[in-house]
Amino acid sequence: MTGWLARLSAFLKAAYEAPYRRTMAREARARDDAFMMLVFGEALGVPNPAAPYTLELMPVLHEEFHDWHLRMGMDHSPLEHVKCC
Amino acid sequence: MNAIMLVVLGLAGILSGWFVYSRFIASRIYRLDPAFQTPAHELKDGIDYVPTNKYVLWGHHFTSVAGAAPIVGPAIAVIWGWGPAFLWVTLGTIFFAGVHDMGALWASVRNKGRSVGALSETLLGARARSMFMLVMFLVLLMVNAAFAVVISGLLIDFPSAVIPVWAAILVAVGIGQILYRTKIGLLMPTIIGVTLLYGAIFLGVAFPVSLPETVFGLSDRVMWALILFAYAGVASMLPVWVLLQPRDYINGIQLFIALGIIYLATFIAAPDVAAPFLNDAVPENTPSIVPLLFVTIACGAISGFHGLVASGTSSKQLDKETDARLVGYGGAVGEGMLALAAIVCTTAGFASLADWQATYDAFGAGSVTAFVQGGATILSNGLAIPAGLAATILTVTACLFAGTTMDTGLRLQRYVIQEAAGIAGIKALNNPFAATGLALAFCLAVAFGAGEDGAGGMAIWPLFGTTNQLLAALTLLIVTVILARLGRPTIYTLVPLAFVMVMTVIALLAQIGGFFSAGNWVLLVMALVILGAALMVAVTALRVLGRSGFKLVSPAE
Repeated sequence: MTGWLARLSAFLKAAYEAPYRRTMAREARARDDAFMMLVFGEALGVPNPAAPYTLELMPVLHEEFHDWHLRMGMDHSPLEHVKCC
Repeated sequence: MNAIMLVVLGLAGILSGWFVYSRFIASRIYRLDPAFQTPAHELKDGIDYVPTNKYVLWGHHFTSVAGAAPIVGPAIAVIWGWGPAFLWVTLGTIFFAGVHDMGALWASVRNKGRSVGALSETLLGARARSMFMLVMFLVLLMVNAAFAVVISGLLIDFPSAVIPVWAAILVAVGIGQILYRTKIGLLMPTIIGVTLLYGAIFLGVAFPVSLPETVFGLSDRVMWALILFAYAGVASMLPVWVLLQPRDYINGIQLFIALGIIYLATFIAAPDVAAPFLNDAVPENTPSIVPLLFVTIACGAISGFHGLVASGTSSKQLDKETDARLVGYGGAVGEGMLALAAIVCTTAGFASLADWQATYDAFGAGSVTAFVQGGATILSNGLAIPAGLAATILTVTACLFAGTTMDTGLRLQRYVIQEAAGIAGIKALNNPFAATGLALAFCLAVAFGAGEDGAGGMAIWPLFGTTNQLLAALTLLIVTVILARLGRPTIYTLVPLAFVMVMTVIALLAQIGGFFSAGNWVLLVMALVILGAALMVAVTALRVLGRSGFKLVSPAE
């Protein structure tokens, strides 16, 4: 009975999420991209007063950086010190 | 004739379509291949392309395509008697809608999940693409105008529905917040949400709300329409998770509840069909049954909107190509069953032929109000629900479907406007507020331009059906062209295509004449644009098919 209820709940969850998964994922990606711009902005020449703090975040975002610059239409990393490809 | 007979015959027809004809089409014509790598796997990105469980996908597809339209269409079309509507819904679902929906899915899956609009550009040229965008915008425009009129009419006829219709929005927002902020499963919020919705229905029956007959010199009908457009404008700009997502979900649940109780009550109450098989005493000014029947019932028999959903989102989530039979054809089967339920309510829910004739005293009269009244009679006889409560349940169901469609429709209109403004280089319209405002202005112009008081908005319905069928013809054309190029039999898509195309054009000519003599310039211009688009599709169809050849028989393999 519990297993059946859990399956039903999982099915309903999928039914709730599936129609809007793409809208959500796009919105999330757009926000992540804005955040990426904030963190790497200083390195790209945009003055950023919070640079000392965002500098620490660079290694955290390093893995996603490659996908980001490809998505932004740059085939190679625009930054000298970030070699991802 | 007893309504049980009607239901059994209809279901037997639709289900034999599912078990026999859809198998034949899937295996012999589209040749769905379980080993084919679908775009959901090939281009998997976690955003657009995600392999999804076929039952979840079917539920999503069915609830996206089924709304108020398969109720409104049959509810108007039974004015010619139950026979024509019944036959068109049953045969249309089996031979037209199912083939069309599955075909749109298949064509899209075989082309990297691209939409019908994008495919039309590749196969038919860039002009077809712009025409496609224009027709889509007009469909959305007409649906929003017609549904605002439908909901205002229902809220005035059934004041007990006012509280639950607006309370449903609060319930949806509440569910959205709970699911967003907590990690509890979907089961409890679903049960609580449905309970609250039905609680609001009881509350609405106890406290009916009516607007005064005139507010600031405007009639109550106009006032409700304005309130609804204001709601749709606000709702279409909210993030989807706040309102649209939970609202869609509750609507989906409510769709299954409503279908279930109508069929159950019909089997228990076993009402007699009061309407005649063929109405030989149609009211004055009722248009001719051919071709108008085939455009009045669009959703429920064949609808181009399904192709948009099938090729736009469903095809990118198809786990296996063979799932297209369940999702595409199965979605059409579900919608056919909803249309059948609407026919039963509007023909068997009346005590006598005289009662029925009194309701259907003019073309466009009756409509959803007849569905609610007739359905309430059947529910109260079959399930012993008080008639007032039953009427409120059905009104709320219809209003919820129509309301969500308005919200989604306005959102899509905004995207179309923004895209068109981008191409034309009009920066001001890039602003979502400006684009939504412009979309709303179009909707208001159509709703009130079609007739003073907004009541004339129902005059749009057949034109909406016509446009929708035109989209269906375009999708069938794309599928036929692909089949012809593969050297497979095209007759199973070509015959529906030709039928729909001919009916659409004849209906358009009749409507243009009608709008012209009535001096209804807004609708006249829209009808002329649609006629131009229809002729373009026809010419392109002949040209393209002439080039690839009409292969009506399968080559020996």
